[in-house]
Formats: sequence, C-alpha cells, structure tokens
Amino acid sequence: MSSETPVEDSSPNPRVEAARSSMTRRREGRLAAGGLPGMPRRGARSKRSNQSIMDQALGWVDDRLGVSSGRSLVDKIFPDHWSFMLGEIALYSFVVLVATGIFLSLYFDPSSANVVYHGVYKPLRGQTMGVNYASTINISFAVRFGLVMRQTHHWAADVFVGAIAIHMCRIFFTGAFRKPRELNWAVGVTLLILAIVNGFIGYSLPGDLISGTGLRIMYSIMLSIPVIGTYLAFFVFGGRYPGNGVIIPRLFILHVFVVPLIIAALIGAHLYFLVRQKHTQFPGKGRREDNVVGSPMWPNFMFKTMGFQLMVTGVLLALGAFFEINPIWKFGPYLPYKVSYAVQPDWYMGWLDGALRLMPSWEFVGFGHTIPLEITIPGVIMPGLTFALFYAWPFLEARFTGDHAMHHLLDRPRDRPLRTAVGGGALAFYFVLFAASSTDVTANFLHLSLNLVLWSFRILLIVLPFVVGFVTYQVCLELMKVPDSGKRHRAMIVERSAEGEYHGYSAEARPGDGAEELEPEEVPTYLPVDELVGVGAANEETEATSKGVRQAPR
Amino acid sequence: MKETGQLVADPDDPRLEPYARNPEAAERVVAASFIVGILCLAAFGAAYWQAASEPYLGGFMAGGMFALGFGFTAWGKYLMPRGPFEEARHSLARPEPERAAFQAAIVDRGAVAIGRRPFLVKLLGVAGGIAGVVMMFPLLRSLGPLPKHSMFTTGWKRGSRLVTARGRPIKADDLEVGGIITVFPEGHEGSAQDQTLLIRVADSAITTRPGRETWGPAGYLAYSKICTHAGCPVGLYEEETEQLLCPCHQSLFNVLDAATPVFGPAPRPLPQLPLMIDRDGYIRSQSGYLVPVGPGFWER
Ligand code: HEM
Ligand code: FES
Repeated sequence: MSSETPVEDSSPNPRVEAARSSMTRRREGRLAAGGLPGMPRRGARSKRSNQSIMDQALGWVDDRLGVSSGRSLVDKIFPDHWSFMLGEIALYSFVVLVATGIFLSLYFDPSSANVVYHGVYKPLRGQTMGVNYASTINISFAVRFGLVMRQTHHWAADVFVGAIAIHMCRIFFTGAFRKPRELNWAVGVTLLILAIVNGFIGYSLPGDLISGTGLRIMYSIMLSIPVIGTYLAFFVFGGRYPGNGVIIPRLFILHVFVVPLIIAALIGAHLYFLVRQKHTQFPGKGRREDNVVGSPMWPNFMFKTMGFQLMVTGVLLALGAFFEINPIWKFGPYLPYKVSYAVQPDWYMGWLDGALRLMPSWEFVGFGHTIPLEITIPGVIMPGLTFALFYAWPFLEARFTGDHAMHHLLDRPRDRPLRTAVGGGALAFYFVLFAASSTDVTANFLHLSLNLVLWSFRILLIVLPFVVGFVTYQVCLELMKVPDSGKRHRAMIVERSAEGEYHGYSAEARPGDGAEELEPEEVPTYLPVDELVGVGAANEETEATSKGVRQAPR
Repeated sequence: MKETGQLVADPDDPRLEPYARNPEAAERVVAASFIVGILCLAAFGAAYWQAASEPYLGGFMAGGMFALGFGFTAWGKYLMPRGPFEEARHSLARPEPERAAFQAAIVDRGAVAIGRRPFLVKLLGVAGGIAGVVMMFPLLRSLGPLPKHSMFTTGWKRGSRLVTARGRPIKADDLEVGGIITVFPEGHEGSAQDQTLLIRVADSAITTRPGRETWGPAGYLAYSKICTHAGCPVGLYEEETEQLLCPCHQSLFNVLDAATPVFGPAPRPLPQLPLMIDRDGYIRSQSGYLVPVGPGFWER
C-alpha cells in the first residue's frame, strides 16, 4: 500500500486524498478477494474486529444503496455559534412532544360524553363530567408516570413554540432569510403557525373549565368572519355551540395525527433545504460566501446534538416533574354556563387574548348585516396580517433594499439598523399585546382601576413600538461607530500608586487570549489511532506528541 | 500506507487538538456525567417498580437524561478535533446549459406531448374543477348542519318555567334582593345557548326602558348569560355596583339599566328575557328572547 505515496505529493490535500483513495482501495480489494459482503474476512484486518464489523455493515448497505455517496453529509459543517442551537431546541421539543404525546394517547379518551367520576381523585368523585376530562384526571392520578408525562407534554409545547419564536428572531435579525433562503423562511413561519394551532387544540382536549372557555371564544372568532363565519363555525363544531359532541373527537384526530404529521413533513423539508443550501455563518476569519466553517457532522456535531437532545429532554422532564402546569383538577369540568376568574390561555395565545381585550367595542351594523369588528379585527385580521407580513418579509425587504444577491454570510444586527429597528418595534408591539392579556391581574395587583390599565396598554401599544424602534436604531448607529466592539479584549488593570496616581495597562494574556482562530481546512479523513497503539515503534511516536487525537481514544 | 496504520491527518495538526485545555480532566467530567446518568436511570427503574411518587419518577428520569446528555455534549465539544473545518459551498443554481435542458425537458416535451391536444387539456381542466367543487359539497355538508334560523332561536318559549341547572323550578320568593342564579327553560337544563341570569334587585332602582315595563316583575331581571363580546358566561355579579362582569375580557354590564355595557369590548347589552309570575308563584318567561343571544355574526 506504500504505492500511494506519490499520490500524496500530487494532490492539493494529500492526506485527505490518500485516505479517500485508500478507502476505495480497501473496498475494491474486498470485492476482488471474492469475500461475500457481510461475511467475516480473513487476514490482518480480522484482528480489529470492532472496526471490521462496522466496515462490513457499511459495505453491506453500500452494496445495496450506495450510501458512500453520502460522504458530503458526513462531512457537513455546522457553524459553532450558539445561536444556531435555537432551532435545535424547537426540534427536540417536538421529539419530546411526540414521545410524551404517544404515551398520553394510550390513556386519553377523546369523547365529551358525560360520565359520573368514580376514580381515585376524591374531590371530584360523584361529579358528572366529560369522558375526556375524566380520562385526563385519570392520567394525572391513576397512571403511573402519567402526571409527569402530561405536564412534560404541556411544558414541551410551551418550550416548542417559544424556541420557534426565538429561532425566528435569530433568522430575522441576522438576515438569514435572504436569498436563497426565502422558501425555508416560509416553511418556518408555517411551522410557527402550526405549532400555535396544535398547542391550542391540545389544551382544548382535556375538557376542563378553562379549555372549554377557550373553545367558546374560538367559536365566536370563527363566527365573526363576515359572510362565511356562521357556516364555518357550524361546520367545525358540528352545529351551534357547543355542537353535537363532535368537536373533541375532531380536535383529537387533528391534534395527534393530522397536524403533527404536517409538522413532521415540514420539519423534514426545513432540514432538507438546510442541507441543500448549507448553513449560513457569521463573517470571520476564513469565512467566506463560498464556504462554511465549523465542526463536521460526524462525529463532533452528532455527539453535541444528541447530547443536546438528551439535555432538552431532561430539562423538560424536570419541568414536568417539579412544576405544576395546567392543574385541570383544580379548574373542574367544563360546563358551558360556568366560568372562572382570571382565565389566561397558554402564553403563545396571550397576544390574541390581549388584542381582544384592548380592542374597543366597534361593532359594525348596516346593510342588514353585522360585522363584530371588536372580534374580527383582533381575532382574525390582526393575526392574519401578522402572518402575511411574516411570509412576505423576505420579499418586501429585497424589494425595499433592491438587494437580490445571494447571501450566505450573516449580518450583525447593528449593521442593518433599519431592519433591526423594525424587528425591535414589532417585538414591542406583540409584547404589549401579550402583557395586555393580564389587564385584570395587573389592575388588581397594582390597585389601579381597570380603565386606567386598559388605556395605558392601548397607548403603549401604539407608542412603544415607535419608541423601541427609534432607540434600537440609535443604538445600532452608535454600535456601528465602535470599530471592533464585540471582539474579545484583554482585561484592563488600573493601579493606584502610593502617591494616588492612577495608571492602567492591559493584563497579561491569558491562555487562549492571543490564540488567533486558525484558518479553516477541509475535514480530514484520518484512520483511527488505535492502530498505532500497541505497535512498539509507534508508541514512541505517541509519547512524542501530546496532541489530543492520540490521547482521546487511549 | 504502512501496515501499522498511519494517521492520514498529521497528529501534530493543531486542528485535531481537543478543545479542552486539559483533556484528562474533560474525560473525567464526561465519565462522571455518564455514571450519574446511569445511576439516575437505574434509580428511575427502582422508583417505578416501587411506585414512588411522580416527582421522584420524573426527577430521576430527568436527571438521567440530562446527565447523559451533558456527558455526550461535553465529549463532542471538548474531546474532539477542534477545527475549524470548512466545506466548500457551490452555487445551487445549475449552469445555464443544464438548466435550459431541464426546462426544455419539462416545458417543450410537455408542449409536444400535451399541448397539442388542447381539447383534452380543457376537458381535464373542467374535470378537475368539477371534482374540486363537488367534493367540497359532502365534506362541508356533512361536517355540520346549515345554520338556517338556529342562531336566532333559543330554548326559551312563551311560558317556559325558569329552572336551575338541576331542574328545580324557581318561585317568586326564592331569591332575596341582591340574589342571583343561573336559570334555564324547563327541559333544557344546562344548555349553552339558553343560559340566563336571574337577578333580584330593589324594584325602585330599575331604569325601565320603554316597552319593557312588565318584563321585570317583583324586581326580577333576567339577562342572557352569554357575553355579547366573545361568548363567555358573564359569571361575576358585583352587588354593590349592580354590575355584571365578564371574566374573559372584563366587559361590565349595568344590571339596573337593561344590561348595557359600561366598560370593555362588549358591543351590545345582554338580551333581556321578559318574565312573569304565574298563579302558583313560579317565574316564567313571557316569550323567548326578542334578539339573538351571544356574540355578533354576519346574518344577525
Ligand atoms: C405538534 C406539537 C404538539 C403540541 C404543541 C401539543 C400540545 C398539547 C397541549 C398543550 C396539550 C394539553 C396538555 C394538558 O393536559 O395540559 C396536549 C394534550 C394532548 N396531546 Fe399534544 N401536542 C403536540 C403533539 C402531540 C402528539 C404528536 C400527540 C400524540 C401522538 C399528542 C397527544 C396528546 C394527547 C392524547 C393529549 C390529551 C391528553 C391530556 O391533555 O393530558 N400531542 N397537547
Ligand atoms: S367574552 Fe365577555 S368580555 Fe370578552
């Protein structure tokens, strides 16, 4: 095999080339030797049994599917910046949602027929309630590990939507949505909508007092759509509210099958686009429009990300184990004529609830028709416009700036002050709406009149976005003037002499301080070090170097 | 390549150095995490078997997952080649000839094979359109009944007796002044659209609207309990202000003055149910509601 040496000399990256050709050679050799794939091979290689099993397995699959062409996927580079992790949180919460959701659906009974409860939870014994409510109570008290699973499912839903929203902020503020990624941005917006929708449907399922109230409001929002509203509401609910008992089964199949399936398919598309287009990256040493710098998929990223999946799972389970969420047994079963004080939906519905509260009572009546604008505007038009704007943003921005070029390097938010200001203003707008969903609690807590609180929020809703936008813009301009802000500086040490004089100097370089980032290089193929260890001659070499790759698999 | 094996990457390549400054220590941390994870998972098994309480089950499982994950991530982050590595990014758009060939394959081939049969194409279009429309029919029609007149009616009829959710009829002396109770027309107990609030106030305090002089006998007023905003039950009665509060978005209705909204997003008063007291002292409705109850809708 030493015949490969000349190859090394002529190839631009000899080590990589050598490894590549040696891999092909090994495979060819195997086939030439007539060994059946999947059968143990004789000779020197059979000593390294671990390896040869993996080798054989890969060879077996490659013979049938040609997986070796997926090498570029194995070498796929993932940027190391932390902000690329936000989408992963969303993905892993979804995995947890599916896992816990399957557990729940083993016990949950999606029927709103009435039963008298005789289960283990004493305070509710003898009460009439929906079968869905009774089975959720059952999951919470009678199924071992059921309560943790239920609460983890709920927490995971909250984290899922939150992670998507923050992930989206990262994409927005760094301009990652620009050409060629507009389509993936649209997929992302769709995922956000579906996550919110499925979350709402999910917490409508258990049939407790609060979820029933939420459904009642949703019915009224459908009703408020001009022309088709009444029909839509009747078709969805199977009749006039509360319908004829079909809504819970319908929501159930949407919740556990239809919507998750669409979400899973879209996540697939999202990741497929990502692999096709490769990651964006922040500008930096050796980072250009025509490369991606970071860690390779295998093994670095795989280890980090699988570990991260487990950590996200652990955190969500801990939330589910120790922090009560949606304690439906305290709310009681839903009865259409009962209501509880201070009803608040899950956080991601808060902006809609707040909008319903802030909207003045402007019902339009005329031409023999009624349009309840006090619902249509906050419940239909506002969210509709919101998502329409989200979808349109990449195209709006391109048209506005005239920038139709490809972009793989990210913006620093400060370098695009206008976009950053618009984003900041929008966040302020939705934050005020969200905060307004607690007008009653706020008024009680601060001992203010509800009227004052309401009007403060209304004014804030209009004013705050502009204030935040303006301030953001100015801060961006200021930051742009600072030449290398954001880079790591050495600590300044200020000393006072005995005479009271001050003078400063920068601290000694700490290890790593001065370490310039290396020029990136293509992911090398390297053969395992364990082949070296144990060979007398090589041992010397091992000790001669203190480099990690030889130590790591020690 | 030597038979002893050889690193294809140079072992002195700084790119292959682990991130950690002290790989031994990092390895110990990873090992410790894995051990903690293993112990936690084992503890979960034991706790499950022993039917320990939920926080123990969840806590052990959470600890196990987190510790394993932490070890995994730390291994990947600190004990693996540090890079930075790069991969090239090529333009996704294909070179012009390839693109043209692809477009030609779809458009031109299609034009030849399909475009020269315009009549069939038209028929196909009609078929698709018809199928689309027709298939909506059963789908929509079977999902729910048509609204017809149902939004304008309730279970309240002329002479319906007022009963509680459990079906007990209400007599004229059942409520004190200041009392409030949710009532339904007899035979529709618990019904969502018929829910009505019966409130007794001091007779003299009522502002009577013209045409409603006989609607509130003996200080009894009855209003639909469905908020005219988004339909929540208007559940809270503040006796001293004589106001009804909807807890959903804080609409306030003035009980004494025909339940007109005095605050919040509700656009209309709660519809009032005309009452009468029969010979046996039971409270009954003079008629059904004269206007549709609940939130607004297009046909209203
Ligand atoms: C797409 C993401 C999903 C979201 C955002 C979501 C959200 C929720 C929420 C908030 C609840 C209410 C939980 C509570 O009682 O407090 C719920 C209930 C439920 N979910 Fe999901 N879920 C998702 C996916 C799934 C999947 C994939 C399944 C099953 C395969 C599932 C099965 C269930 C079941 C059976 C319930 C009712 C039982 C109960 O409420 O305890 N979910 N969901
Ligand atoms: S439903 Fe009553 S105020 Fe909104």
